[in-house]
Amino acid sequence: MKKMADADNRWARNRQFIQDYGWSYIFIALPILIFLTFTLYPLLRALVMSFQTYHVMGSEWVGFKNYAYVFHRELFSKALINTLLYTLGTVPINIIISLGLALAIFQLGKKSQTFFKASFYLPAVASGVTISLVWLFIYDPMPEGLMNQFIHLFGFANVNWLGKVDTALLSLMFLTFLGGHGSGLILYLASLGGIPKTIYEAADIDAASTWSKFRNITWPLLKPTTLYMLVINVIGSFQVFMSAYLMTSGGPDHATTTIAYLIYQDAFEYFEFGVAAAESFILALIIVAISVLQFKYMGSDVEY
Amino acid sequence: MKGEIKDLKGASFYIKRGLIYMVLILWSLFTFLPLYWMLVSSFIDPNSSASLQFTLVPKEFTLASYSYFFTFNKNVLRWLFNSLLISGVVTLANVFFASMAGYAFSKLRFPGRNAFFWTLMSSIMIPGQVTLIPLYILVVNVFNMSDTYFAIILPGVVSVYNIFLMKQYMTSIPSTLIDAARIDACSEFGIFRKVIFPMAKPGVAVMAIFTFVGQWNDFFWPFLVTKTSTMRTIQVGLSSFKFADSTQFGPMMAGAVIASIPMFILFFALQKYFLQGITIGAIKG
Repeated sequence: MKKMADADNRWARNRQFIQDYGWSYIFIALPILIFLTFTLYPLLRALVMSFQTYHVMGSEWVGFKNYAYVFHRELFSKALINTLLYTLGTVPINIIISLGLALAIFQLGKKSQTFFKASFYLPAVASGVTISLVWLFIYDPMPEGLMNQFIHLFGFANVNWLGKVDTALLSLMFLTFLGGHGSGLILYLASLGGIPKTIYEAADIDAASTWSKFRNITWPLLKPTTLYMLVINVIGSFQVFMSAYLMTSGGPDHATTTIAYLIYQDAFEYFEFGVAAAESFILALIIVAISVLQFKYMGSDVEY
Repeated sequence: MKGEIKDLKGASFYIKRGLIYMVLILWSLFTFLPLYWMLVSSFIDPNSSASLQFTLVPKEFTLASYSYFFTFNKNVLRWLFNSLLISGVVTLANVFFASMAGYAFSKLRFPGRNAFFWTLMSSIMIPGQVTLIPLYILVVNVFNMSDTYFAIILPGVVSVYNIFLMKQYMTSIPSTLIDAARIDACSEFGIFRKVIFPMAKPGVAVMAIFTFVGQWNDFFWPFLVTKTSTMRTIQVGLSSFKFADSTQFGPMMAGAVIASIPMFILFFALQKYFLQGITIGAIKG
């Protein structure tokens, strides 16, 4: 008898639980399912794979062999250096450009602000394929290439922009300077709008110079936005792939082989799934480490 | 004397304004240049390379490059249709599922809410390259979905980033409205449909637009899981032109214009949402 009452109780409690929370779990069911199937399972599978040599019928366990191979692989160090150079050469400059544009636009009237926001955002709507193909055309090594036409104006001779080891990576970096500042610019404008005017008025009373106002008020108060931009952009540029794939195929002589491109090649051209998985985990670790470092050194005086 | 100082201040103010406008206009022209060059050269006859000399105003106007692009592969229209269909379905699915999840995470209380939320969020930090290979094997070899719309759509059916966006947006909807609806004996789904969703519409619109544009512009995943020409999206098809014929820049630019024009139109029509949207997720709400 008591047992039955217990069961009844449990049943009632379960029913109450479903009544209270059932909808909540239904609302999040699909995202959880998608996460388990398309993120968590592949993540664990990739981890296993990085310790295996992949065969369609039964993979072979090889321990740390893939990792050891990657660490001693010259091409991997080269790809790592290329990616680092790309990041160092693009991220800080692009952040400075976004900030500079935002500071300039912020002083204008509302209508001009909207106009410039829209015009700087427009290139971001074009796809990576479009941008890559347009720049492939601009960098055409023939005299008709737009870049070559431009340097002819100053009397320079033709350059094979994407075909030479010393200019290929630089060319891929340069194209990020023209365009793609829309979202950073809008973020900076939003944070500039959040700085109380009274702080600047107080500085004006002390007859502070424009530079000193920027150095002591604007820059520190924009730090959370700068940190956000830095982390997001570094992560993005560590995964740069499209331009290397569509414009240079990683060449010439691997001068534009980035880590993401190398992983793609190993996986889908040479079908070395194990090596590619090991490389992808090293990339993930590097990204996490850099993000943590950025938060530690830049975030120490940032309040959230 | 006093008036003079005022005038002087006025003059320097206008000089400064003028300089700012000049710099901004110059820089925006620079950023427009690649896209402008794309447009101009798409109207050039593909057979006359001499006309590639840069001019601000196009020297010729022919649609020859466009007809060349449309004839190089008979599936170009199909690619556009595929992109439209896939982007549309992914957007609708996200509107539905991400806003439901956003509602649950922002307004409902249930055991494990935070744990579930942060578990989902953690996937933002995982670089795509890590999960790519097993994802590919799963979809192509295990699910046998290679060359289907399902293969392209399924992994993107509800994005974690969109859930985050919706949660941020819905947190600002007053909870008293929900309580009132609950007293009126609305079911939880009824509350979502009749109260929350209508109020969250501006946020949903932003999410929908960014999802649509992102899916339309996506290249890598559709490229990996499609093999036959009829299943390509416009981005993948456009990139295949590059490998088929990398010397024909006129038609290549025509293709680039065709692939991006729908997004430019969308941008001009819905500018307001684009410019608002970026700040919803990033600035802590």
